Amino acid sequence: MFDSLSEGLQSAFKSLRGKGKLTEGNMRDGLEIVRKSLLEADVSYPVVQDFMGHVTERALGKRVLLSLRPHEELVSIVHSELVSLLGPVDSSLHLRKEGPTIIMLCGLQGSGKTTTCGKLAQLLKEENIKATLVAADLQRPAAIEQLHVIGRQLDVPVYSEPQNKNPVEVCQNGVAKAKADGARVVILDTAGRLAIDEELMAELSRIDKKVAPDQVYLVVDGMTGQDAVNSADAFNKSLELDGVIMTKLDGDARGGALLSVKHVTGVPIKFMGTGEHMDALEPFRPEGMAGRILQM
Amino acid sequence: SEGRLVDEEFLEQLFARLIRTDMGNGPAEEIRDEIATRFRGRVVHFEEVLDSITQQVQTMLEQQAAPLNLSGKPTVILVVGVNGSGKTTSIGKLAYFLHNSGKKVMLGAGDTFRAAAVQQLTIWSERIGCDIVTGASGADPASVAFQTIEKAIEMQSDVAIIDTAGRLQTQTKLMQELDKIRRVVGKKIEDAPHEVLLVLDSTAGQNALSQAKGFSEVAGCTGIVLAKLDGSARGGVILPIRKQFQLPVKFVGLGEGIEDIAEFDAKSFAHALFAD
Ligand SMILES: Nc1nc2c(ncn2[C@@H]2O[C@H](COP(=O)(O)OP(=O)(O)OP(=O)(O)O)[C@@H](O)[C@H]2O)c(=O)[nH]1
Ligand SMILES: Nc1nc2c(ncn2[C@@H]2O[C@H](COP(=O)(O)OP(=O)(O)OP(=O)(O)O)[C@@H](O)[C@H]2O)c(=O)[nH]1
Ligand SMILES: [K+]
Ligand SMILES: [Mg+2]
Ligand SMILES: [Mg+2]
Repeated sequence: MFDSLSEGLQSAFKSLRGKGKLTEGNMRDGLEIVRKSLLEADVSYPVVQDFMGHVTERALGKRVLLSLRPHEELVSIVHSELVSLLGPVDSSLHLRKEGPTIIMLCGLQGSGKTTTCGKLAQLLKEENIKATLVAADLQRPAAIEQLHVIGRQLDVPVYSEPQNKNPVEVCQNGVAKAKADGARVVILDTAGRLAIDEELMAELSRIDKKVAPDQVYLVVDGMTGQDAVNSADAFNKSLELDGVIMTKLDGDARGGALLSVKHVTGVPIKFMGTGEHMDALEPFRPEGMAGRILQM
Repeated sequence: SEGRLVDEEFLEQLFARLIRTDMGNGPAEEIRDEIATRFRGRVVHFEEVLDSITQQVQTMLEQQAAPLNLSGKPTVILVVGVNGSGKTTSIGKLAYFLHNSGKKVMLGAGDTFRAAAVQQLTIWSERIGCDIVTGASGADPASVAFQTIEKAIEMQSDVAIIDTAGRLQTQTKLMQELDKIRRVVGKKIEDAPHEVLLVLDSTAGQNALSQAKGFSEVAGCTGIVLAKLDGSARGGVILPIRKQFQLPVKFVGLGEGIEDIAEFDAKSFAHALFAD
């Protein structure tokens, strides 16, 4: 294969000469290279198909100097289409003017929820905003202790009830306590769950209904593959998500699952996790992510 | 049903089914093209074609069947993988599996970095009723590994399983740490570690190939534990991984409970790959 999408497309358009328009015929090989590249980046199949439809439509009939790098025209269409689908940018936590803002993180097992709770608290701390973390993962061994370690590290209070087996109550009590303490933000750390686990998904909906968080964010592992469409869809249906955070983007994963998640949920992508440390959280930037997905 | 003509639409639909498993472009194209060569223009049943592909996948994975090497005295198993893939949980379940088959197991809490990782493994050791060696938070993981082996020898354990902190294969410095653990363990017991298990998350896509490559090169992986296969993700990326790196899957993780682990079975895996 080619080192970059650009190189691949250049070779696909090699035979084109003169002036003309981009047509389905002369773009076929180029479009196929784009499609493959997206699939290699882990964008889910139905999302890729949809995306290719948009790109073809936009490119068709474009007058190009065929002798002058028509591949660049296609790359630029693909890139800008990706940017527009990944946007718009909104990394605001939409804090309430009064009373505490409740933020709930949810997602599959091991996606990075607990760590991201800490990172959000750190972000708020930098702006002198008081946050409280609530340990509502009553499943995973030592999950509560994990959040306490993070809280101690950041000097941010952590609410937990080691004996309580009901996460809805823990969240309610945690919010009440945070209110009494004058916290401006309450961050709920929930247990990881599979989207097909009906019991645990129902539990999440109960927390959502009883505690009514202002912002519900889905935390997605940057290395996720084709299944991203299914899980994101299930979380969005149970919860009405308000945003997405993609983690583990400090490695070499291309992160195409983000396009799948955005496609099915339509909610803004808020942040990117880029490391295990508490300051490794960056506001989402569609341009950078589009380039990363296209490996260019 | 009456069967369908194998045309472009049929082949594209097949390709979509293959891609959905996370096997990746290359293998999906290869299988699609082979079906095209054999059946184009003929009328077949879609499900029959899938059945025949399932058979092929099964055969390919069966050739790689490789039971856990338990020949050491004690056997040392090192468990590695990216962040959150399921290492610690898989160790808990594997330890219980071995404990139940009559082995005396020692756990080593080699993740001294992540918040409460030691407590997490300690809870597993209590559930199982097996021994564990822990170090202080921030301690050198290689020294915890060394102490684990010493203790395992002293206690006459059959198996020592060592947990490691999650790391990304691109983090050169952290990857070198795995090499150090290997060397330290090998100094104490010849041939150790006997197994280096790479824990892959079934939800992972094509990056799992990079994981297999990176961890194999530095840590000398001997097999894979495919965790979280109880979800809707198929784990098809193990097909190209097997082909490129000859890494067999040894166990699959099927839940968060202590018994939710099974030895890899090519037949059931292949069938689940294309199930609806
Ligand atoms: N490299 C890297 N590691 C991360 C990032 N975010 C989280 N992690 C690591 O991923 C692993 C899992 O993170 P957790 O925060 O425990 O994930 P979780 O979603 O709370 O997991 P469960 O509660 O078990 O479902 C830990 O080793 C984290 O340190 C990131 O952005 N980059
Ligand atoms: N459903 C399901 N969940 C699993 C399975 N294996 C692990 N998990 C969950 O995945 C999450 C992460 O598992 P860990 O064992 O902590 O993963 P790890 O690789 O040790 O994580 P780090 O040490 O942070 O890198 C936990 O919530 C586990 O309960 C499995 O087979 N099925
Ligand atoms: K994951
Ligand atoms: Mg957690
Ligand atoms: Mg662990």
